[in-house]
Amino acid sequence: MLCDVCRERDATVTLTHAVKGEVNVLHLCQRCAADRGIETSITTPLKNMIADYLPAVQAQTLAAQAESIKCAFCSMTLADFRETGRLGCASCYTTFDQSLRALLRRVHGNAKHAGRQYDAPPPDIMHGMTALGELRERLRRAIAQEEFEQAAQLRDQIRGLE
Amino acid sequence: MFDLSLLPDGGLAWLDASGDQSDVVLSTRVRLARNVEGYAFTGRSREGERLRILAQVRDAVPAVPSLNGGVMVRVDELASDDRRLLHERHVISRELAGLEGASGARGGAAVYVGDGVGVMINEEDHLRLQAVRSGFALEPALAAISQLDDELGRRVPYSFHREFGFLTACPTNTGTGMRASVLIHLPGLVLTKEIPKVLVGLQQMGLTYRGLYGEGSEVLGSFFQISNQTTLGRSEEELVDHLSNVVRHVIQREHEARRVLWRDAGYIIEDKLWRAYGTLRFARSLTFEDAMSLLSGVRLAAGLQLVQGLSVYTLNKLLIFSQPAHLAWAEGHELTDAEADVARARFIRQALIDEMGPIQ
Repeated sequence: MLCDVCRERDATVTLTHAVKGEVNVLHLCQRCAADRGIETSITTPLKNMIADYLPAVQAQTLAAQAESIKCAFCSMTLADFRETGRLGCASCYTTFDQSLRALLRRVHGNAKHAGRQYDAPPPDIMHGMTALGELRERLRRAIAQEEFEQAAQLRDQIRGLE
Repeated sequence: MFDLSLLPDGGLAWLDASGDQSDVVLSTRVRLARNVEGYAFTGRSREGERLRILAQVRDAVPAVPSLNGGVMVRVDELASDDRRLLHERHVISRELAGLEGASGARGGAAVYVGDGVGVMINEEDHLRLQAVRSGFALEPALAAISQLDDELGRRVPYSFHREFGFLTACPTNTGTGMRASVLIHLPGLVLTKEIPKVLVGLQQMGLTYRGLYGEGSEVLGSFFQISNQTTLGRSEEELVDHLSNVVRHVIQREHEARRVLWRDAGYIIEDKLWRAYGTLRFARSLTFEDAMSLLSGVRLAAGLQLVQGLSVYTLNKLLIFSQPAHLAWAEGHELTDAEADVARARFIRQALIDEMGPIQ
């Protein structure tokens, strides 16, 4: 069937929409569907997509090479990712940049963030806070384990920092 | 047992039916997935790292006005009944509650519950910020969550990538990390068998749907959660606008379906809904599935103004309170399935009597 709009390409998308109670059906080709803002490549569940897709990525690159890449921060491999569908850490996004970029494009129809921008807080604010947080957690554990001498030391340290 | 009165409004303000379109839309929820820079994501983290993340958030909270007056609950220190209770109340996710496997909640799992906003800690991502509103209220929920995000992000460093945006454990959340969802009751479209077309339409529009309890949960009682499918390549506002427009259209179609039902099959519908009411009012044992489907019918009856004097708030509460962990909590002890069915029937019966008087 030809696309209802351009009458040139084959229709691959059926668009059903209702206006004032009337149901209209449009048969569109991928390009005309995209012009109407309809994403046609994202309805496959992710699990299948990863299962179908990652093998294809590996075929394109050298299979052995792709398998041997490990994230330097969390030691994740593509095989781990394929198994769980979850990345190990923020560095994985750099390590597996090529494969991920293609996957993101397939999942979202786009690989470029267009939302909120973010600047991390300056390190000096956080440094004190992290230290304080760790001390508080250690204090909590010391009290739970009834190590009161250690707890008293920790409490003094926390007071000092505060 | 965990004292639910500690939570602001018992964590139930979203049920109060005060919001827009509350006869069709129960609630609106927007969540943002964030990870803290410098640690492996939750799935690959050690307990020590998770505790450090929790401590970092705890230190930041006094400087986060959105969480003023809130409480922190260490989910990893709760018994499984209490974790189930918080999950049934939509305060924490199934994953955070550790209800998926036998191993229970992971060390460091916690939740901050504030007024209409909250933060789950050490979920699939380190932080899951959420805002919940009664009825159809996407824009107010987005405004509340953006403010919380600004305040917390100034104190806790997030993992952010210039090109990919906020980095998340699952690539389906990368970018904005935002999932906006609307919990909607569509019995008219289900009864007129229009619903498959609507659901296919949603997917073609880049949206997705789930049951009442999120990912993987069944659609029961014609309750659907409609949400954005993609998170990357469009701004939060664009994603919310798009969802908002589509949901508004779905609400319109639901109203149309109800009108058609009433016009073409009035007495059949009237009979069906009164039977649902009668069963809830007199049954002595009800499974959860039965209760959901009958409550769905009575909710429609109230929407069509067939049943007078029964508030949407009560019906919303019955959905939550007829779940197993809530019944056990109300009865004060664990219940077998059969005991829960009896307790459920009694609880619903009593609520209807309280609201509508002994004979109706």
